[in-house]
Amino acid sequence: MSAAGVLVLLLSFGVLSFAAPAGAADSVRVGSKSFTESYLLAEIVAQVTERTGEAKVERRFGLGGTGITFRAVAHDSIDVYPEYTGTLSHAVLKDPSAQSVEAIRAALHPQRLTISDPLGFDNTYALGVRAEVARRLGLRRISDLASHPGLRAAFTSGFLEREDGWPGLRRHYGLAALTDVRVIEHALAYQALQSGSVDVIDVFSTDGRLARSALVILEDDRRFFPAYSAVLVARLDFIERFPRSWEAIQRSLVGRIDGPAMVRLNARADLDGQALARVAASFLGREAAATDGRMMLIRELATLSVDHAVLVAVAVAAATLAGVPLGILAARSAALGQIELMVVGVLQTVPALALLCFMIPLLGIGRTPALVALFLYALLPIVRSTYTGLVTIDRQLLEIAGVLGIDGWRRLRRIELPLASVNVLAGVRTSSILTVGTATLAAFIGGGGYGTLIVRGLALDDVRTILAGAVPAAVMALLVHGLFEGVDRLLIPRGVRITLARPGPTRAAH
Amino acid sequence: MIAVRGVSKRYGATVALEDVSLEAGPGATHVLLGSSGSGKSTLLRVILGLVQPDTGEVVVDGVPVTPGARRHLVGRVGYVVQEGGLYPHLTAYDNAALPADPVGWTRERVARRIGALAELVGFDDGVLRRYPGELSGGQRQRVGLMRALVLDPPLLILDEPLGALDPIVRADLQAQLRRIFTTLRKTVLLVTHDIREAVLFGSTITLLRDGRVVQQGAFADLARRPAEPFVTQFFGAQAPPPELRDYL
Repeated sequence: MSAAGVLVLLLSFGVLSFAAPAGAADSVRVGSKSFTESYLLAEIVAQVTERTGEAKVERRFGLGGTGITFRAVAHDSIDVYPEYTGTLSHAVLKDPSAQSVEAIRAALHPQRLTISDPLGFDNTYALGVRAEVARRLGLRRISDLASHPGLRAAFTSGFLEREDGWPGLRRHYGLAALTDVRVIEHALAYQALQSGSVDVIDVFSTDGRLARSALVILEDDRRFFPAYSAVLVARLDFIERFPRSWEAIQRSLVGRIDGPAMVRLNARADLDGQALARVAASFLGREAAATDGRMMLIRELATLSVDHAVLVAVAVAAATLAGVPLGILAARSAALGQIELMVVGVLQTVPALALLCFMIPLLGIGRTPALVALFLYALLPIVRSTYTGLVTIDRQLLEIAGVLGIDGWRRLRRIELPLASVNVLAGVRTSSILTVGTATLAAFIGGGGYGTLIVRGLALDDVRTILAGAVPAAVMALLVHGLFEGVDRLLIPRGVRITLARPGPTRAAH
Repeated sequence: MIAVRGVSKRYGATVALEDVSLEAGPGATHVLLGSSGSGKSTLLRVILGLVQPDTGEVVVDGVPVTPGARRHLVGRVGYVVQEGGLYPHLTAYDNAALPADPVGWTRERVARRIGALAELVGFDDGVLRRYPGELSGGQRQRVGLMRALVLDPPLLILDEPLGALDPIVRADLQAQLRRIFTTLRKTVLLVTHDIREAVLFGSTITLLRDGRVVQQGAFADLARRPAEPFVTQFFGAQAPPPELRDYL
């Protein structure tokens, strides 16, 4: 089969699976951010909705941060998700005066969004200090930190950047002297604190680990942190379409969870390793449907494997279809080539999450924006290697082709591409293997794939779940590597392979 | 058949060719002799239309050659380079048949032609099915020759065709080439740095140095009446081949 044939096959496979409806109009799309509490509240919303039987439920959990999740609800990619009033007023509306539920509702109305009444607990930021350090230095209040500039702090990236996080707190309390501040993933912060590698971390006041960790919460003695009442953000059109569901959701959740209750729920998921579905069900006063956890994981893995393979196959097939011609173009014109390689190179440096975030207004969340982002990341190795393969062909061989009357398109097809095939395929192979890894990030915008388990595992601090996503991804990378051994055999002309296998041209006598 | 008239070419301050002229009539063999850097390759590239000369012109088979009009050369000129210049991804057969591709010959016609040429150079079918990587140096050079002859061009240009071969294969192929040139009655322009080859093949020799023609004529003329001391020097630099004494 020709190279073009294989590509067309790959692409049509991808397009077919891609054409399957991602979000039908008769379903409720429940979103969550990628931390335990958000997963739990979203799961409760999902179960209540399912119970009403009014609509099918799609779980789009583990979205990457407020930016992505709020954009998702604003651009009709999800219908409802758990959020906090403080986050809405500071990070979303950027209007600190919009504190009350009524004010936030009014401000969100133009975007056809609303929020529920408070669920009953506050999840504010707080600073936690290792108990032993707090005892030794006599730390009780945040203002005490000012006199101990040598303390080592590690904050989550959200806290570090948000005006209602570290920048504001530092000014409010005059903590500029505290300079040893690092960024850390939320799920790892407690471990870092416990192991003594940092002294101060930011925590959420409902974190399940608070109950069982040797850490002291510092009192917000100058009242900096605003209220972070848990609420649900919902689309107005969802409420209009499924009023019974919305009614049931509010009945089950609004005013029903106080702080200690939320800490307990979080602890069960985070520390006791109970399945989210089970914790949510027991909150609703029901037994979770009797399920075999292992079977469920296997079934989920099967779905995620297909998702992941489709993401990689479609992104790489499209990147090959676009990248090879771009490489050819770059090899044809030196000036154009330099510009092109630069643009493709710069694309590579855009952080994946930022790229995904930019794409939500255009493409929403889910598989499509994930594919576009993966496609862009997959381009560089292919363009680069096609270009290199073409410009390193022996000039004499090209000149001879000209003398033989083999020109233009014919020369490209008969001479140049076969000679460059080793490089081109090496580029596609590199790109595929990289994409298997990058595709795990698709989970942050609900694109599915193995990343779903990794994100959830990180949120629940559950190494087994992380491995359940990471190990198959590694296996898939190995499989892709093996697959290309076969593709090479199929697409690299035998004569080229023979030449490669020898150290140099033979000079054997006839 | 081929005429080069007053061709000059400079690259910046470097003179690659200066006022070079030569002529070869139908059926004649003309040898371009010179050490490396003498301008042989540049002249060849001008003749093949790969380089535009600053002044002068090249006429092949009555048609002026320019980089823009290289198509005219297809079918008129066969080109053989050192080591054959074969494409590693194509079999010997496909390499030899390549010039028939843009011309649009039928498969049968190509097969007939390749069959005839294989016989001419003494190949059996097995050799033609191999890739260049599986051929000996002599075999590769013969495939290169077949490729040059496929469209039966009146003019053959050979650039150091025997340069990379060991002495025994070389002698063997030399004899074969001479036989082929005479049987097919081709006009031949052969580039070499080897006097022995020049004498063996060439009815006329053009000796180049620093882009200029030093002397033109039969070997005996050059040896007996050198235009410059360089001619004698050039001949003397290579051990006087005993079999050439007859020519003196």
